[in-house]
Amino acid sequence: MVQDLFVASDIEVAYGGKRRLNGERVGGVKVLHGVDLRIGRGETVGIVGESGSGKTTLGRALLRLIDIDAGNIVFDGQDISRLPEQHMRPLRRRMQMIFQDPMTSLNPRHTVRRILVEPLLFHSVARDSADAERRVREFFDRVGLPLSCLDRTPHELSGGQRQRVGIARAALLEPDFVLADEIVSGLDVSTQAQALNLLKTLTRDLGLAMAFISHDLSVIRAVCDRVYVMKSGLVVEEGRCEDVFAAPKSRYTRLLIDAIPLPEIDPGWLDRDVAPEGN
Amino acid sequence: MTAPILSIRALSAVSELGNAQPILRNVSLDLAPGETLGLVGESGAGKSTIAKALLGVLPRTVRITQGEILFEGRDLRALPRRETRAIFGDAIALIPQDPMTALNPGRRIEAQLTDGLRLRRGMKAREAHKRALELLAEVHIRDPERVLRAYPHQLSGGMRQRVLIAAAFALEPKVIIADEPTTALDVTVQKQILRLIRIMQEAHGTAVIFVTHDLGVVAQICDRVMLLFAGAIIESGPTADILSAPRHAYTRALIAAGPRYDRPDAGLTPVPEALVAELRLQVAGAGR
Repeated sequence: MVQDLFVASDIEVAYGGKRRLNGERVGGVKVLHGVDLRIGRGETVGIVGESGSGKTTLGRALLRLIDIDAGNIVFDGQDISRLPEQHMRPLRRRMQMIFQDPMTSLNPRHTVRRILVEPLLFHSVARDSADAERRVREFFDRVGLPLSCLDRTPHELSGGQRQRVGIARAALLEPDFVLADEIVSGLDVSTQAQALNLLKTLTRDLGLAMAFISHDLSVIRAVCDRVYVMKSGLVVEEGRCEDVFAAPKSRYTRLLIDAIPLPEIDPGWLDRDVAPEGN
Repeated sequence: MTAPILSIRALSAVSELGNAQPILRNVSLDLAPGETLGLVGESGAGKSTIAKALLGVLPRTVRITQGEILFEGRDLRALPRRETRAIFGDAIALIPQDPMTALNPGRRIEAQLTDGLRLRRGMKAREAHKRALELLAEVHIRDPERVLRAYPHQLSGGMRQRVLIAAAFALEPKVIIADEPTTALDVTVQKQILRLIRIMQEAHGTAVIFVTHDLGVVAQICDRVMLLFAGAIIESGPTADILSAPRHAYTRALIAAGPRYDRPDAGLTPVPEALVAELRLQVAGAGR
């Protein structure tokens, strides 16, 4: 049994409405209705669901990018559920995020060097800028980026290269945990395969824990140890990938799996039933 | 094979931006009435350029250098504008990629769905309204009166894509270009939409060119498939043959790159860079 890194219990989050002085929310729409989630050290956990299932909200709540309305989040033994931002700050380096669209998450006016060196200095991971530069150069080889990219700006890179810069930016800070939210959804299959392989190697070599959010069950199956299936703000199924995919317990999980078209002829597939739209 | 409804003969095109980069290289294809042809490739392969050429909406920055686009035997490139008006967007219609942006957010569904019926078929408002109701019922929209009064933001992604399918079939086209019509949708909705396209296509005898990057979708809906790379056709044939016994190394590589939930140990093999480089040289040589 791996040691727990993140333990979230009974998380509730709502958007909108008004807040009373005591922080209580009046009105608004609940998007997480009591979610439990556990991520072990070095473990890759998939969070899968359709749009509106609450998977992105759950990821953001874990990192305390949004406040939770109820429940608890424990990170490495410390309760961070309601920790004020100045106490969160020392933990920020240890929980990093890889973004969906590197084109909009990397500063378009900064060179790749600056994008990677600055956080190393800010978080005091590197002693000085020479040390930071050395770390970045070492890492470039590892993520398969040519050194010539260092002096380019994000728009001068290919989509796959940009995604690798995003991955390098997070991993260079030597975090314990990364959140990857739909990071391969816009990429071609070959580029996607490269990015996923890179993530698998890095998380293994650096002992990184990862929450991998995706709507794509095939991608989840390829990179994750365990999976949480979400629907309408609730976890409907949780388990090791091999078990969940071999014998899904929830009807909804089965529905999601059956809806994936496989690249082989299956004459009955199109006519086999799917649930009606809505619920 | 029956006479094709649509043919492309040795079509080549270049980008007018900068260095006249070729974006289509000697592309030929035939589309039989009622069949579904998949155009597959990674970004930059030229599949969208073909779709745009067939709809007469190529950007000004793309110049066709040679070739013919034959619709019912007539070369669309040689026809005067008043004749292509009855073809582009009419006999050849589009199901667009993104149902979120393809509809005008400021107009009600009724206005958008009946534009074609009124402007191209000369229907009066009442008649167009009646036809719009029938169309929405045909794409399994339960409450068509309400949907006609709605604005796009009041509908879900799946509903909007149904509306766009209804709009595509409104003028009884002979050919429909479906440009990644399910890429923006959830998998369960994708399946419903694929099924709907198949049902509509069979009911109306429409031929479909299905542009996609998803070999899984191709397997389930296309009769034949063409694989594109850098503007050139790499391999084409019946879907079953291409998927079960691909002849070209690039086809095999693309199939091996996609992850599969049923085979966790297979997949995730990136297309070898050497193969991509070799292909680039090959298609550049053949395009001259």
